[in-house]
Amino acid sequence: MAPILELRGITKQFPGVLANDHIDLVLHKGEILALLGENGAGKSTLMNILYGLYQPDEGEILINGEVVKINSPTDAISRGIGMVHQHFMLIPVFTVTENVMLGDESVKAGGFLDRPKAAQRIQEISSSYKLEVNPSDYVRDLPVGVQQRVEIIKLLYRNAEILIFDEPTAVLTPQEADELFNIMRSLVAQGKSIIFITHKLREVLAIANRVVVIRRGKVVGETTPDKADKNSLAAMMVGREVNLVVKKKETTPGDVVCSISNLVVADKFQNVVVDDVSLEIRAGEILGVAGVQGNGQTELVEAITGLTKIAEGKITLLGKDISRATPRQITELGTAHVPEDRQADGLVLPFSVAENLVLCSYYLAPFSKGVILQYDTIFKNAEKLIADFDIRTPNPLTPVGSLSGGNQQKVIIARELSRPIQFLVASQPTRGLDVGSIEYIHKRIEQKREEGCAVLLVSPELDEIMELSDRIAVMYRGKILAVVPNKGVSKEYIGLLMAGVVPEEPMQLSEETEIEATL
Amino acid sequence: MATLTQTIKHRRISEVSPARRLFMGIVELIIGILIYVLFAARLAPELLTTFNMTPGGIDVGQLADWVVPSRLTLTIFAIVCVGIGAYQIVKGFGRATNGMVGLCGLLLIFGFLIWQASGKTLNLSGMLSSAVLLAVPITLAAFAGILAERSGTINIAIEGMMLMSCMFAALIGSLTKSAVLGLLGGVLSAVALAMLHAVLCIKYKINQVVSGTVINIFSAGMTAFISQKFLQKYQTLNNPPMFTRIPVPLLSRIPFIGPILFNQNVFVYMMFLILIILQVALFSTRWGLRLRSVGEHPKAADTLGIDVIRTRYVGMLLSGVVAGIAGAFFTLGSVGRFDEGMTAGKGFIGLAAMIFGNWYPFGALGAGLLFGFADAIGSKLSLLGSAIPPQFMGMAPYLITMIVLAGFIGKGQAPAAEGKPYEKE
Repeated sequence: MAPILELRGITKQFPGVLANDHIDLVLHKGEILALLGENGAGKSTLMNILYGLYQPDEGEILINGEVVKINSPTDAISRGIGMVHQHFMLIPVFTVTENVMLGDESVKAGGFLDRPKAAQRIQEISSSYKLEVNPSDYVRDLPVGVQQRVEIIKLLYRNAEILIFDEPTAVLTPQEADELFNIMRSLVAQGKSIIFITHKLREVLAIANRVVVIRRGKVVGETTPDKADKNSLAAMMVGREVNLVVKKKETTPGDVVCSISNLVVADKFQNVVVDDVSLEIRAGEILGVAGVQGNGQTELVEAITGLTKIAEGKITLLGKDISRATPRQITELGTAHVPEDRQADGLVLPFSVAENLVLCSYYLAPFSKGVILQYDTIFKNAEKLIADFDIRTPNPLTPVGSLSGGNQQKVIIARELSRPIQFLVASQPTRGLDVGSIEYIHKRIEQKREEGCAVLLVSPELDEIMELSDRIAVMYRGKILAVVPNKGVSKEYIGLLMAGVVPEEPMQLSEETEIEATL
Repeated sequence: MATLTQTIKHRRISEVSPARRLFMGIVELIIGILIYVLFAARLAPELLTTFNMTPGGIDVGQLADWVVPSRLTLTIFAIVCVGIGAYQIVKGFGRATNGMVGLCGLLLIFGFLIWQASGKTLNLSGMLSSAVLLAVPITLAAFAGILAERSGTINIAIEGMMLMSCMFAALIGSLTKSAVLGLLGGVLSAVALAMLHAVLCIKYKINQVVSGTVINIFSAGMTAFISQKFLQKYQTLNNPPMFTRIPVPLLSRIPFIGPILFNQNVFVYMMFLILIILQVALFSTRWGLRLRSVGEHPKAADTLGIDVIRTRYVGMLLSGVVAGIAGAFFTLGSVGRFDEGMTAGKGFIGLAAMIFGNWYPFGALGAGLLFGFADAIGSKLSLLGSAIPPQFMGMAPYLITMIVLAGFIGKGQAPAAEGKPYEKE
């Protein structure tokens, strides 16, 4: 029997990048195929071609042995292909029913919507695939895990046979991810076929029947989970041996550098987003804040760095009250901030690398004399930092916006860590970076810790938190549910906390002693 | 496992922040004091205010005159406002805060009328009737805005479309001696501008505010030119037939509101008709669901096979149709000739009404009526011989617009993707 889906020699050229280079791929009925590769390896491009969002330059797509042309998502849907996008394609102000039926509406005569009929269909799908959801809820009120269920129902509503999941676990807690894996298993059990795109090795080994690894737009290998382990997959993905575990030196935490007590922050609608948070960060330690994205981490960091007003509570840095201080005052006290969104908050993209490297010290000697900037010193400074931090840029005058993500992040790291600092706030410092850059940035953060800097590390990637932190604080719905030492704590325990469940036993000990790497 | 993903509502600091509560309370207290000091205290106790109830043009459904003792009524108003203000400061009204401020504002306006008309007669029905008429272009402009913005394109060119339609309605109406053809011509001219705006914004992805402003300036110049060259010179080109009042059988006999709402010209009825069509079409049909999805999250709509570009064109062209009707109202439903710049910013006030009404047709109508009422007070008072210069009264609607837009009412829910051109990757 012909495979349900076959891609032959798919090639896609973007200006300057060969995103897909003669990719061949086969998907059999009833299997889960994992497509593994680093960010920018070309996985998403390939799937967007399959879903009709891009047109391939070369190659053909076969469904059930038949060559088909997919020019638009409508074609893909009619061929039974459905996609759960990494960023959900849901409309927050619509109900579940409206979101699901959009584009394929149940209507009465005259084009009037038949909401009850569509809702009933959703109920049927929901009960036969155990995807619990209330059709009349507004999507904006649903937690992410449920929103993802709505996305899956959207595909099943259109009778999709081939389901593509694009990085589906990025926004989920480990428990929600397990829940999703159960859903995926029940989908294939009922005859659906799944392509699962990811860069996380643990997930590949947990769920896939078969793994195809893509690197720089090419298929570089195929294997099955029983024949592979994390190290072999990582080596295939990156193209060289990767050191998955960062060696950490023992340090003794020193004095309290930053202390936060009973901090409350509200958003513009007066919703409390940081709720009565108290934390202490000591010199020479990394305090990791774990939690699913959107649980108040962003606002916590903004409050500490003076970017947002605090409603109640107090923040002290090196003995000074900084609750009402401006960002510049906080920076001058010795704080470095690696912001979560490097392009929006970390850099001025049209400015040159050299200028971006002095964004927090340009007004001080030796970079300026009075009101005049001293470009000589600024360029010398840039050349030194470019060499020290291995920033790959044609020259210091290049606009920072034209560098790759990893090099942009290195510019921020260079700017922030080259100053004499005592407190480092790093928010998702490795978001969207390749393994090489991740290794590098982790090493730099670790180095600051050894120098006696206090580090607050915020990341939704639990692996990153567990790899680097000395202590872990888990944030859920604006509250810190627990602060635990990293030693001996299990991933499951943190995962439960991330989902807002406080386990009854004080702490479950980890079965694996080795800490998993951020892959 | 499903129990892990429970929904927990965020705690809120308080419904209304203490500062806002205090501020609103003080505003209400000041309103109360103003009513007493400015109005009540300056009147002799025996004066009466008579509200006349002649809507004009029809003599059915009329009520008897309504006579109130001026000073006593004003004192009661003042006490009510002070009471509301005091309660607001001490305990707060929570969710009803805005409503209470609105009530005090209403009492202030009504108190002002009682004071102005003390010892005299004020035609309340007539004023409301003209308020409805004045609300027509504002409300229709707001509907035009809703159609464009719900589909994701900002249409700041409504003013220009209205002005163009206004001129063409007069010109074509005069040439053909037919109000209906005049209306049609006006609408077509507005749709042509809408098409231009759509091509610039949707196809060429020009900044939508810039494109809208350019169209407004173009319209102002173009209509002024044609007006000076032709319409003012040859008066036969500027003498279109008008739509006259048509009383609706039965409905116009309802006491009080009958003559106000149902003895008007066809533009008022079109306003109500478009209101209902828009409400049903946007929220109960497949067409409306798709239009709104394109304005909220075009990429999601695209992945479900909806043609984002086409839907946005449709939204913008329909916006042009409604703006055209709004413009033709001036020449064919109100004045009977074209004058330069005669839309006088009503298109912009319509956009304010759209925001005030939170992008809902019924909200837009409410806001439009409010602005119309403010307009009507202005013109009535100059007739009453008020001490306040009529120019100041003329500013009232614009002041209200500013206060409303400054967020007195709180931020609304704009379509999430409005103003952002859609680009396929």
